[in-house]
Amino acid sequence: MSDAVLKVDDLRTHFRLRAGTLKAVDGLSFELQAGRVLCIVGESGSGKSVTAQSIMRLIMPPGRIVQGGITFRDQDLLALTEREMEDLRGNRIGMIFQDPMTSLNPVFTIGEQIVETIVAHTSLSGEDARARAVELMRLVGIPEPEGRLSDYPHQFSGGMRQRVLIAIAIACEPDILIADEPTTALDVTIQAQILRLLSDVQKKLGSAMILITHDLGVVSAMADEVLVMYSGRMVEYGDVKTIFRNPRHPYTQGLLDSIIKLDDSRESELRSISGLPPIPIDPPPGCAFRDRCVKAFDLCGEQDPPWVETGTGSTAVCHAVAAEEAAP
Amino acid sequence: MTDAPSLHGESLRQRSAAELRRENLHIMWRTLTLAWHAYAKDKAAVGALIFLVIVVLIAILAPWISPHDPTEAVGTRGGLPGTDGLVLGGDMDGRDMLSRLFWGGRVSLLIGVVPTVAATAIAVVLGLFAGYVGGWVDQVVMRVLDVFFAFPLVLLAIVIAGILDPGVATLILSITVALVPYISRLVRTTTVSVKQEPYIEAARAGGATTPTILARYVLPNMLAPVIVYSTTLIGLMMVVGSGLSFLGLGIQPPDADWGTMVSDGRAVLKKAPHATAFPGFVIVIVSLAFSFVGDGLRDALDPRARVR
Repeated sequence: MSDAVLKVDDLRTHFRLRAGTLKAVDGLSFELQAGRVLCIVGESGSGKSVTAQSIMRLIMPPGRIVQGGITFRDQDLLALTEREMEDLRGNRIGMIFQDPMTSLNPVFTIGEQIVETIVAHTSLSGEDARARAVELMRLVGIPEPEGRLSDYPHQFSGGMRQRVLIAIAIACEPDILIADEPTTALDVTIQAQILRLLSDVQKKLGSAMILITHDLGVVSAMADEVLVMYSGRMVEYGDVKTIFRNPRHPYTQGLLDSIIKLDDSRESELRSISGLPPIPIDPPPGCAFRDRCVKAFDLCGEQDPPWVETGTGSTAVCHAVAAEEAAP
Repeated sequence: MTDAPSLHGESLRQRSAAELRRENLHIMWRTLTLAWHAYAKDKAAVGALIFLVIVVLIAILAPWISPHDPTEAVGTRGGLPGTDGLVLGGDMDGRDMLSRLFWGGRVSLLIGVVPTVAATAIAVVLGLFAGYVGGWVDQVVMRVLDVFFAFPLVLLAIVIAGILDPGVATLILSITVALVPYISRLVRTTTVSVKQEPYIEAARAGGATTPTILARYVLPNMLAPVIVYSTTLIGLMMVVGSGLSFLGLGIQPPDADWGTMVSDGRAVLKKAPHATAFPGFVIVIVSLAFSFVGDGLRDALDPRARVR
């Protein structure tokens, strides 16, 4: 575990709202190894995107990282100045956003936007930067890159725009790629292409990748490790095979149960987790999932659940799992 | 980062500096041509632009092309068009209407265009700053502007012009100050909405610095409505300037701008309606032309309208 490119330790990002403190991310820890893919899974509002924004230090007031450590290689990201952080963003850590339709500046050409990032972070300029942009566009599979350099974003389809955004994100061969639901806004047919491209690029660059998604199919195809989030907290964390084969946390079990299987009979009902996730504004102590949990017992409402290293190899944050592990 | 990074060992294509310069010029030229095509699609904008060029030329050339001295009585008082050999007739003092319109254009265009452009420039800086920074900075800047906003535009201009010596410079200064709050509000509102666009966050995630984001992301994306609004103000400001002159705060008789000519015509409105109608008509047409040019500019600035 020594070659971790990114270490997140007990990250807490809170938003001070009039209604109280929204604990969007509350006690998240994980490590990202070079060349590996970590998928962060969770429902809408579980704090996945805030986690990504925290790593990039893009949290805007009233949000604030109130506690925790984010270590990139040997640098403490939370201790860097904004200037140093700007050097890092788009350079050592690249980010890809959810909606390619609105993530490009509509008034500049694709070429200008790719070149801008290259010029900002490398010694390349002018013709070299342009040649590099063409090379990147070719790499992400944009046909006739030379000709499309002077096209505007609105002249590109959603899938092509996402390719452009990937090109921008990888322009400086970052150590970490963060993709925040990169396929959510795309057609199903394009989703697979974009995911394959991301995977190819990530392997080619040898970058580590954090892929944020709510699609368990994507997780099983892409991830090395999985981190399941619920209501701002970590629920289960571990190797993807371990967790898919042997989910320990009741929430993870519920998620995996709700996937339709091909050999399910037509009459069988779709399984789901009943209820809605709570909004973590001034949450009471105890497990956030207890109201929807089939295994909940008294302790769950009284104490925050402990981190349990399970016998099956994952880390689960759950009283029930702790009890199971303690039992012989 | 080495200077020849390559993801799959392919070397960069080398081009000479001259080749690159030519290419850059070509891209600039292409953008301009496309912008012009987008502008030219709007026939009213093209017509308005041609018309305004002619009007400006006439104003500049007034000393040479005016048939008469604009301050000298050369015909009968309130002479109708055609009398005394005056094409547009004479005004209440028998001065040549045509020459006065030519000369009046110099002042009217100046007090229409200069304060609007100056106020827009100031407002863009203020509004961008307040809108982008937000928080208490936004509150302070906008509340101070609100104090100015509380006065009617003309009243505020009168107060400022009243303190200074009358003249064209006073007109320009007072109208500029009075206009700033109006345009600043629009700039601020548009900035706040542009600031929330995902491409701003994407730019920050790409390592863009605040100056870069302001100059390349916020400014160009919020400019269109501001230009449209500002160009519609030009005509209005010509009239406001005339109002100030009417109160003796601006240009002094016997000099005149179009607005003053309209108000001078009141005295002989029944006998010589043309003395009011002609300058009024000119103001309407020129104001409209500026608005049309504004619409065309908006299209020219919008890449979506610029295609092919």
